[in-house]
Amino acid sequence: MRILTGNDLKSGAVVWWDGSDWSLHVDHAVDVGDRAEEIAAREEAARRVNVPYAIEAQRDDNGVRPAHIKDRVRALGPTVRPDLTLKPSDAQAGNWVI
Amino acid sequence: MYAYDQYDQAMVDARVAEFRDQAQRRLDGKLSEDQFKPLRLMNGLYLQLHAYMLRVAVPYGTLDSRQMHALAEIADKYDRGYGHFTTRQNIQYNWIRLEDAADILADLAKVEMHAIQTSGNCIRNISSDHFAGAAADELIDPRPYAELLRQWSSFHPEFSYLPRKFKIAVIASDTDRAAMKLHDIGIQIVRNDAGAIGAAFYVGGGMGRTPMIAPCIREFVALDQLVTYAEACLRVYNRHGRRDNKYKARIKILVHELGAQEYAAQVEAEFAHLLDQGVEPPLAELERIATFFADPPFEDDAATEIDRSDPDFALWVDRNTHPHKTPGYVSAVISLKPVGGIPGDASADQMHLMAELAKDYSFDECRVMHTQNIVLPHVKIADLHALWSKLDEAGLGSPNLDTVEDIIACPGLDYCSLANARSIPVAQKIQQRFADSGRTAELGELKLKISGCINACGHHHAGHIGILGVDRKGTENYQLLLGGSEAQDTSLAKITGPGFDEDGIVDAVEKATDVYLSNRADGERFLDTYRRIGMAPFKEALYD
Ligand code: SF4
Repeated sequence: MRILTGNDLKSGAVVWWDGSDWSLHVDHAVDVGDRAEEIAAREEAARRVNVPYAIEAQRDDNGVRPAHIKDRVRALGPTVRPDLTLKPSDAQAGNWVI
Repeated sequence: MYAYDQYDQAMVDARVAEFRDQAQRRLDGKLSEDQFKPLRLMNGLYLQLHAYMLRVAVPYGTLDSRQMHALAEIADKYDRGYGHFTTRQNIQYNWIRLEDAADILADLAKVEMHAIQTSGNCIRNISSDHFAGAAADELIDPRPYAELLRQWSSFHPEFSYLPRKFKIAVIASDTDRAAMKLHDIGIQIVRNDAGAIGAAFYVGGGMGRTPMIAPCIREFVALDQLVTYAEACLRVYNRHGRRDNKYKARIKILVHELGAQEYAAQVEAEFAHLLDQGVEPPLAELERIATFFADPPFEDDAATEIDRSDPDFALWVDRNTHPHKTPGYVSAVISLKPVGGIPGDASADQMHLMAELAKDYSFDECRVMHTQNIVLPHVKIADLHALWSKLDEAGLGSPNLDTVEDIIACPGLDYCSLANARSIPVAQKIQQRFADSGRTAELGELKLKISGCINACGHHHAGHIGILGVDRKGTENYQLLLGGSEAQDTSLAKITGPGFDEDGIVDAVEKATDVYLSNRADGERFLDTYRRIGMAPFKEALYD
């Protein structure tokens, strides 16, 4: 699947396009197919998101997994600070990135 | 320490007001990211993997307790309770909101700090010896010259849009503690045969994609011509630097392509021209600056003996203190490398504590080291035990300076958008491996440096052992390098061969140390043994 990501303009937080809005959770990302550029241009023009771009990802039983490790780190947070990731209760969450 | 005058303060305050307006226009949708990006970068505001990142300049690494407290407060109020001290003696915050950025700059301005020229193709923060003004082996204090160059380079209109970024280091001892020859300009204050003090200029060094050791292009520049000569070096670069190719735009490429002799000749011609123009600041300005760096009131007869009966304390004293020019004093290093920690990270609480300790034990001064530790430059030997006890209690008492546990690691793929691979987990695993095996002490001085990409912020080319993270078909891979040094015996490390995965690189480092231990001669460091026996025995152990 192709999903759309960027950073929130105000906070800089990593966000994912969920079909109608931007979510902090990669699992909310939807397949944008060939509409990525159109949505990105519209959202950037509306000043809601910074430098949005489309990436390849896969949906499996555990949720949505970006194809590239850099986007998996973005999705989770720094692997060396499990307390600051989006899964702070899971000390092993960083393993998902590798 | 230098204190802002009304001009310094007015410039910084004006910049805060200007940036507040720019950020607001971006938030209001009046500026696009393309328009805003160069403006935010001029104020040290990057967009990294997880959020905006703010890099704050710490001039030649020097902070007083008021400033360190302010850095801690920023970490608490605007970030997530910590900051990261960098290999250029600065501090970075990883979780900044654009909405808060101008307020942070305003808070910094209140304590005479800013984030100006911490990004972009300009002259960056001037770095220096972290033991400046304290070290027993220094000729004179280099900080007044670093400060003079800071003032000259701040907002210098001619050098605001150089072909690439530009880094200057100033030292004043034969022992290089600032990686001077790996800077665009490295300046060493020296004494010539006639007994006069001047500056040797090394130009065209650097790490990154094409590492180079700077050649000496002039052995002696009179101190009252220092700025003029630096200006000549920059002018030749600004004129001929490769603006057409980002990867060839650093001055090291120009010096290499022209040849050091030809570059030096062009600088001499420009220097002669500039001497007539009167660009050198008046001596009175240097004298004014120098008054800020007068020695603090050291005690004349401070005790030189300490009770070493506590072995943990004795080990820390042996490892983490450095000889001071004044009897009865030392410089004490606070390690930001606890085993399993993140190299260079400090929590707000730790920053507050370091500020208090600087006030109580070091005449209100501390320094950021390029090795991502903190120095208290002027500690009475008699106070060392009390200081160590407080550090130890706060998890800041690791006795590991310059050992295999004192690893330089850049933020890598955990934070940096340019990274290929993570640096910090590799550093943590290596630390843990050696701490568990108890071999850290046996290995002695061993400088290990890790970068998450070829940009080399982790100085991997200059590590006795260096590690470079690369992307191998979408997975993290690590190249091993051996034989680098950023000290006075500067050398560039060489790649051993094919890379390793994350666990493999930890094993590889251990194997390299095994080769060292089984080959070392009396008194040899890892680097000395490598230089004597060469790469072959290491390769054999790693790949056969
Ligand atoms: S070396 Fe590369 S990965 Fe590390 S901080 Fe610098 S740019 Fe980022």
